[in-house]
Amino acid sequence: MGYRYEVRLSGSGGQGIIMAGIILAEAAGVHDGKYVCQTQSYGPEARGGASKAEVVISDEEIDYPKAIKPDLLLAMNQKSCDAYFFDLKPEGTLVVDSTFVKQIPTTRAIALPFTQLARAELKKEMVANIVALGALATLTKVVSLASLEAAVLGRVPPGTEELNRKALETGINAAKLYMQGH
Amino acid sequence: MNEQATTGRQVLLQGNEAMVEGALAAGCTFFAGYPITPATEISEVMSVKLPAVGGTFVQMEDEIASMGAIIGASLAGAKSMTATSGPGFSLMQENLGFACVAEVPCVVVNVMRGGPSTGLPTNVSQADVMQARWGTHGDHPIIVLAVSTTKECFDITVKAFNLAEKYRTPVIILSDEVVGHTREKISLPHPGEIEVIDRIRPNMPPEWYVPYEDNSRGVPPMGIFGDGYRYHVTGLVHDVRGFPTQRPDEIVPFLNRIHRKISQHFFDILMVDEELTEDAEILVVAYGSVARSARRAVREARERGVKAGMMQLITLWPFPRQILEPYLSRVKAVLVPELNMGQVSREVKRINQGATRVETINRIDGNLITPEEILVRLIKM
Repeated sequence: MGYRYEVRLSGSGGQGIIMAGIILAEAAGVHDGKYVCQTQSYGPEARGGASKAEVVISDEEIDYPKAIKPDLLLAMNQKSCDAYFFDLKPEGTLVVDSTFVKQIPTTRAIALPFTQLARAELKKEMVANIVALGALATLTKVVSLASLEAAVLGRVPPGTEELNRKALETGINAAKLYMQGH
Repeated sequence: MNEQATTGRQVLLQGNEAMVEGALAAGCTFFAGYPITPATEISEVMSVKLPAVGGTFVQMEDEIASMGAIIGASLAGAKSMTATSGPGFSLMQENLGFACVAEVPCVVVNVMRGGPSTGLPTNVSQADVMQARWGTHGDHPIIVLAVSTTKECFDITVKAFNLAEKYRTPVIILSDEVVGHTREKISLPHPGEIEVIDRIRPNMPPEWYVPYEDNSRGVPPMGIFGDGYRYHVTGLVHDVRGFPTQRPDEIVPFLNRIHRKISQHFFDILMVDEELTEDAEILVVAYGSVARSARRAVREARERGVKAGMMQLITLWPFPRQILEPYLSRVKAVLVPELNMGQVSREVKRINQGATRVETINRIDGNLITPEEILVRLIKM
């Protein structure tokens, strides 16, 4: 069977998790030309509680549409980190928003303060999801940065393009600093 | 059915949204419906897209009226559609029977959720398979198709309209919560790449038109309201002129004809998607979202040396007996995983007549069967 890469994005309702999932799927599928399936938590639990979006990326047609064992888990709050960490593939990557995730279950986790960065550098907490996407793409190369930017700009409300471009850049820079060991 | 077209426009769509694209590509110009989870996106997107191409979208007071409206629109010449889920589909049954008997082409989508009654609105299920076949009363012919991917949501919706027009019958599409809400990248074909079929209309002088007269196909040409071909439309059993009859010599040919028009075209209507079935010792029969789990399980089973094969049913009714039967006498066992207590497996057992062993996996907790559940069973079998 071909290449299959599974991403689970999680956090609380209102953090833009599902929008991030759609953008990631669009970047990988429409712009990078891969096969993608995107699913999400649906129903009352999505409001206020734990929100979850999954993206499966493959070079061939995707059979089972949901994540089986995620290769990459983004946890934007403590609750989702606790709930989903043990689903992660053994060599999988855990990325957490250290603004909210204080108890990190593994020494291999990558902790970056997405929400704090959005607040401090962009004065808009709501773009934390875009900051996170920029970091994820840089850390894992799951999608190309050019595709990600195109997908972000294609989905965000008119008039917010500059803000979102800066949010992406903030995430990319944070990831680069992390990779350089800072 | 699974090759990816390389030409068209690449888009990321939910299954529900792809159904709207398919309907528009097939020439749908009228939609009447009442929003219901998990089918709402179909109405929502239709309400924007249909008026934009000069069509009509009506949000009705309920599903009984929705079904009535699409029948009326079709009689007036429009290709029409409605979309709902279990509770609404229950309400549509009476008028669905009317469409069968009056032979009115239309497409009815049921995005299945957990039942019975209002059940589990946000959860996936496949428990309306028998309802789609027998929900409306009386012996009646019906075509029911099941979709499993976003691409199939597009392709099969086009096909559903074509079959409805070709055979003058309602066509039901069974989707489910997982298929309806999963977003996938698909290529939307250019209009010229899609076959679109329109109903045969009468071409004799209007005064010679006999609206329900038999012919070799069993499908009479359909006059549309306002074009001069006046005729009587009724749910009562009628004679060739469309008027109610109680004469046995008119009742029997009428009922036989409406069944024959479907049964004599089985091979045009029956659609399955087979993978690795040629040398299969265990055949997995699945449809809808579960077909995706089954497909993965079959591929993984092969990697472990288990000779499994995948038979995805796209046409559920008429049941693809002619395609399945040859396998039943050849394979060691059949496995039917489904999200109900055994609706398609019951049909497989009925046609099996003891030829092979039929096992089932039935999940009714509102979640999709996983590939692992099927794989574990395949290895045991």
